Amino acid sequence: MSTDHHEDRPQGLTRWLFTTNHKDIGTLYLWFSFTMAVVGGIMSLVIRSELWEPGLQIVEPGFFNQMTTLHGLIMVFGFVMPAFVGLANWQLPMMIGAPDMALPRMNNWSFWLLPPAATLLVLSLFAPGGAPGVGWTLYAPLSTRAGMGMDFVILSIHMLGISSILGSINIIATILNMRAPGMILMKMPMFVWSWLITAFLLLAAIPVLAGAVTMLLTDRHFGTSFFDAAGGGDPVLFQHIFWFFGHPEVYILVLPAFGVFSQIIPTFARKPLFGYTSMVFATATIAFLSFIVWAHHMYTVGMPMGGELFFMYATMLIAVPTGVKVFNWVSTMWQGSMTFETPMLWAIGGVFTFTMGGITGLMLSVTPADFQYHDTYFVVAHFHYTIIGGSVLAIFAAVYYWLPKWTGHMFSEPLGKTHFWLTLIGFNLTFFPQHFLGLAGMPRRIPDYALQFTGFNEVSTVGSFITIVAQLIFFYLVFKCIRGGKKATDQVWEDAEGLEWAVPSPAPYHTFATPPQVK
Amino acid sequence: MSGAQGSYYLPNPSPYPLVASMGLFLLALGFVFFVNDVAMGPWAMIAGAAVIVLMMFRWFGVVISESQSGAYNQQVDSSFRMGMAWFIFSEVMFFAAFFGALFYVRQFSVEWLAGTELLWPGYEGGWPTAGPAGAEVIAADTPPSAANQFSPMGAWGIPAINTLLLLTSGATLTVAHWGLRKGNRSQLIIWLALTVVLGISFLGFQAFEYAHAYSELGLTLKAGVYGATFFMLTGFHGFHVTMGVIMLTVILVRCIKGHFSADHHFAFEGVAWYWHFVDVVWLGLFVFVYWL
Repeated sequence: MSTDHHEDRPQGLTRWLFTTNHKDIGTLYLWFSFTMAVVGGIMSLVIRSELWEPGLQIVEPGFFNQMTTLHGLIMVFGFVMPAFVGLANWQLPMMIGAPDMALPRMNNWSFWLLPPAATLLVLSLFAPGGAPGVGWTLYAPLSTRAGMGMDFVILSIHMLGISSILGSINIIATILNMRAPGMILMKMPMFVWSWLITAFLLLAAIPVLAGAVTMLLTDRHFGTSFFDAAGGGDPVLFQHIFWFFGHPEVYILVLPAFGVFSQIIPTFARKPLFGYTSMVFATATIAFLSFIVWAHHMYTVGMPMGGELFFMYATMLIAVPTGVKVFNWVSTMWQGSMTFETPMLWAIGGVFTFTMGGITGLMLSVTPADFQYHDTYFVVAHFHYTIIGGSVLAIFAAVYYWLPKWTGHMFSEPLGKTHFWLTLIGFNLTFFPQHFLGLAGMPRRIPDYALQFTGFNEVSTVGSFITIVAQLIFFYLVFKCIRGGKKATDQVWEDAEGLEWAVPSPAPYHTFATPPQVK
Repeated sequence: MSGAQGSYYLPNPSPYPLVASMGLFLLALGFVFFVNDVAMGPWAMIAGAAVIVLMMFRWFGVVISESQSGAYNQQVDSSFRMGMAWFIFSEVMFFAAFFGALFYVRQFSVEWLAGTELLWPGYEGGWPTAGPAGAEVIAADTPPSAANQFSPMGAWGIPAINTLLLLTSGATLTVAHWGLRKGNRSQLIIWLALTVVLGISFLGFQAFEYAHAYSELGLTLKAGVYGATFFMLTGFHGFHVTMGVIMLTVILVRCIKGHFSADHHFAFEGVAWYWHFVDVVWLGLFVFVYWL
């Protein structure tokens, strides 16, 4: 399939700056996201160091708040989202039998919007008054009164949003228009399905966020009163608009992870995915429901009883399609010929920890109970179990699964497994005690705490350092794998199925010159 | 590498996306400085905008010449169509945020504010309003007699004319499209030019309306939540109409140059879709902002 003509491309820096190739752009996305993960990870260490003991020791309370804000924004918009777009770039064309993405120049633009946007985000730290300490949710009226750093964040979110919108348009056009003959929708791999649905979520949710931050901006500088009660507006309006974006956003972060699990588990269980059709419909159902549950983030803000009840029941309903997915993954493994190579470990670990996050989510969905849990460390524990336990573990699973296809070399299994176990242990040490802290009443986003919380906080801090240090293994492993190693076969994994495993490892620059036939 | 790859079309590496990002970065940074009264702000904004405009000329130029050379096959055409359609969908959601804010304010927040007698004694809810601490509302389209008064924009003056203009422009654009499909060049150019004229007239009326609001009605961005929703919704719509008029003008020039054939003219259709979208948003504005 590969010809010499395929491989000619500019060399050096311009190859990366001007590229229209999905593999190059995917690589850029992945390196960018892991760089941002390091930045956001360092911020989390600042947070955890300050929380090592009660009282104020390392940072000022204001700076602590800036760290929680930027940590959240960077990890969501700078790490997890771009990492999955990077995986989409690498894998979607290969998995559907296309030579590249549908709109390659726009693909380049989607990526190259990110570094300037991230620069704006980080620059906010150096604005007079520093970065905003308002939390990643940017609630008014705190955010309408914050300093200049807030404007950097708003403009950064606009650029990140443009990138996401262009990226999702491209993904939709690629999946709907570039599939090889015979690849009907219901034959698409689950990773492709998950991304198709995620792209629609992005298209519907991100512009709403753009609208919300635009209103913040005009309230701050042009005298409007959207979020100011004196002018007839309402700060709660911001929360509604933000969470109308924010709740679909959490599924934007996790649906591609579901896709990754659905690719990896069948390979290492040596069985086809159990309940493919129900997987597709469950994903679509989750996506639909994600748009009608937003106010469960704001039960305590004051809502009519009917609203509280509607959002509670609608939220609980999400457990049904999510349960279908977990059931299907477990059933895929049931009586399979299981082996536990590195990607499988990450996938199983991810399903397990994500399910824990899902169950605490169900607890949080219960309105009267949420009045207790709201704004405590229980919430922090919950969403880290879903985002790290679900999305981040899936990102690593995916990288290990497809790395041999990308580089042409096998990676070191012992290193990969060490990375997995250290991450899993460190992550659980960090966040499991936070459930107890939250239930005992420790509020989030506060740099100080009451004495009785010390023990669990120390465990949590130790766990966070283990987790972050463990990631050095990952970077070392990836560099080593790029430079050399045992030659990977085309199929890489013994029982891997799909078009990407039919092409050579490393995959040719443009995978398919003519469409492959899918039976 | 450009050209057909087997049965596919793949474009060459291109510097323009990167240039676009740099321009946007300058524009954003300049804007942050501008709203915070840092002296270099406006200059950075101008530089960023200039970079973006130049980039667009070059990038679109490349796309046009590729299209003219017949490089785009049916599949590329479909990708463009999907791209434009879903871009318009994202724009719909952008406007949805502002419409949502309008509905929320009118249905909930104003009513709740009127219910808190302790906080704002004497405040009666209702629409239009500038809020409990805002200006007093007087009858529509009447000049305020005191400084602390504003008057809302009535629906049946300029807004009704503008509705007529935009709806007509949608029709004239369709007649132009028929001309293109039939290969009737003069029908195409005349009716397309008429569409542009109607679009510009709309913008002229809107500029007049804004001047009227600011100078005579006391209706400004700062006139409470009525002023905020009014100018935000109509302003973003006006911005989109401006973009639409520029796009229509470019398409008109390309029609005059003979770039389009009866069965190969996606650029024309993409712009037409966009224009109809702007039209539909206006109907929402007319009903919910001006009329009801």
